[in-house]
Amino acid sequence: MEIFGKKIPFSVSLLFWCVLWELVGWMGLSSIFPPISKIVVAAMTVFTTEKFIKAMEISLRTFALGMSLALVVGIALGTLMARIKIVREILGMWVNIFVSAPISALVPILMGILGIGEATVVATVFLFAVFIIILDTQVGISMADRSLVEMGKSLGASRYQMFTKILVLSALPEILAGIRLGVIRGVKGVVIGQLLISIIGIGELFEFYSMHFLMEEFWSLVIVVFTFAFVLSESIAFFERRVEYYAGNR
Amino acid sequence: MSVDSVVTLKNIGKIYDTGVEALKGVNFDFPVGKLSTLLGPSGCGKTTLLKIIGGLIDATSGEVWVNGKPITGPGPDRAFVFQDFALLPWATILRNVSFGLELRGVPKEERFEIARKYIREVGLEGFESNFPHQLSGGMRQRVGLARALTVDADIILMDEPFSSVDEQTRRKFQEDMLDLLQNRHKTVIFVTHSIEEAAYMSDLIVLLSARPGAVSQVIRPGIDRSGKCADDIRRDKKYLDVVDTIWRELKVYLC
Repeated sequence: MEIFGKKIPFSVSLLFWCVLWELVGWMGLSSIFPPISKIVVAAMTVFTTEKFIKAMEISLRTFALGMSLALVVGIALGTLMARIKIVREILGMWVNIFVSAPISALVPILMGILGIGEATVVATVFLFAVFIIILDTQVGISMADRSLVEMGKSLGASRYQMFTKILVLSALPEILAGIRLGVIRGVKGVVIGQLLISIIGIGELFEFYSMHFLMEEFWSLVIVVFTFAFVLSESIAFFERRVEYYAGNR
Repeated sequence: MSVDSVVTLKNIGKIYDTGVEALKGVNFDFPVGKLSTLLGPSGCGKTTLLKIIGGLIDATSGEVWVNGKPITGPGPDRAFVFQDFALLPWATILRNVSFGLELRGVPKEERFEIARKYIREVGLEGFESNFPHQLSGGMRQRVGLARALTVDADIILMDEPFSSVDEQTRRKFQEDMLDLLQNRHKTVIFVTHSIEEAAYMSDLIVLLSARPGAVSQVIRPGIDRSGKCADDIRRDKKYLDVVDTIWRELKVYLC
């Protein structure tokens, strides 16, 4: 960001909004916005409660499980779709429908099938993340340099070598972009899943804090979730920038 | 099939899925240990023919025989040098050059040792741990050539290897490559659109007709290279005659 030709670091912008929030909070315009200093104080006590730690455990566990499944299935299906015409024809339309569909609407159905528990949250994370990973992997693999594929062929690469040593690496910029978007969607999935179930994990906490009008505690939870999503997506973006150079070299 | 032909084309035809007929009734014997050039008007199917020989594309009709056997795909007897180099952008020069051996499961130390030797021979010593994007076009193609040499195939197929390399670099590279191939007894099949390049480099020039491509003429430059430097060859009367003959032949297709 630049103001009057001077470069302003990101932290200054963050600080500005925090100060604004603090002022609005002290003006007491709305009880929904307590001053940020009070939120920080509340956060200190919230973070040490057993309920919070347990909620975080559930969230991280279900998120990790759902994301891992989405990664494995997404990259595998995306590759198959790029390489085999019949798979592309069977799945292509569905992936495109689901990638834009509001998956939240399916959570009640998942609850019906998988019960009101962690399995439903895992499934929600999976469904939120998997389709964009499939789609980006497919694009990456089908755009993989044709002459690299021919080179591998001429040097006698097996199907497995072609996949691991040429195709996946060649498609890495697209696959990483897909993973980053998948992770962002996955975080939404883990929150929305628990909110809709509302008796486990951070869903339960959100429900509890808003019902009892504990706005300071509520906001501290929001900040934790936002920070988590942001840090995760930025760290993947870091890897993306590292492989950027070869997107231009294909 | 004569005794000294290593690659034999038997009535090769290629019709693309789009219905375009690229090649029709191509018959030819490539002599062993010689550098043969495929030359023809653009779109005559030179590269297609080379890829068919390499087993990268299937012919619609006809057969390719290599060392007395019909081929069904790529094989360790043939190595390919690509027009756009086809280097792995994420791998170092050392790994790129040894990639063919890596795919064959040769142990790391052994394949790196072989690769280092060829990197030295193509004149890239010191660049082993660089990445392709840090190299110029000419240097990248040297990597491509070194990679083709490491797998020790009898036949090297080159698809316009110098077309992405600037003119000055190209001349030097052509000379270096001839030096490198000398005494190695490799059979080289070389695709180019440059008449001068064909006349300068080849033992044998196969002229292809316009689409659908077929062999229209075979020219043997017969330039005596012994003891001559490159610039002398470029002033040699035989060389100039060959250039002239090819040009007159190809001119027909341009009008």
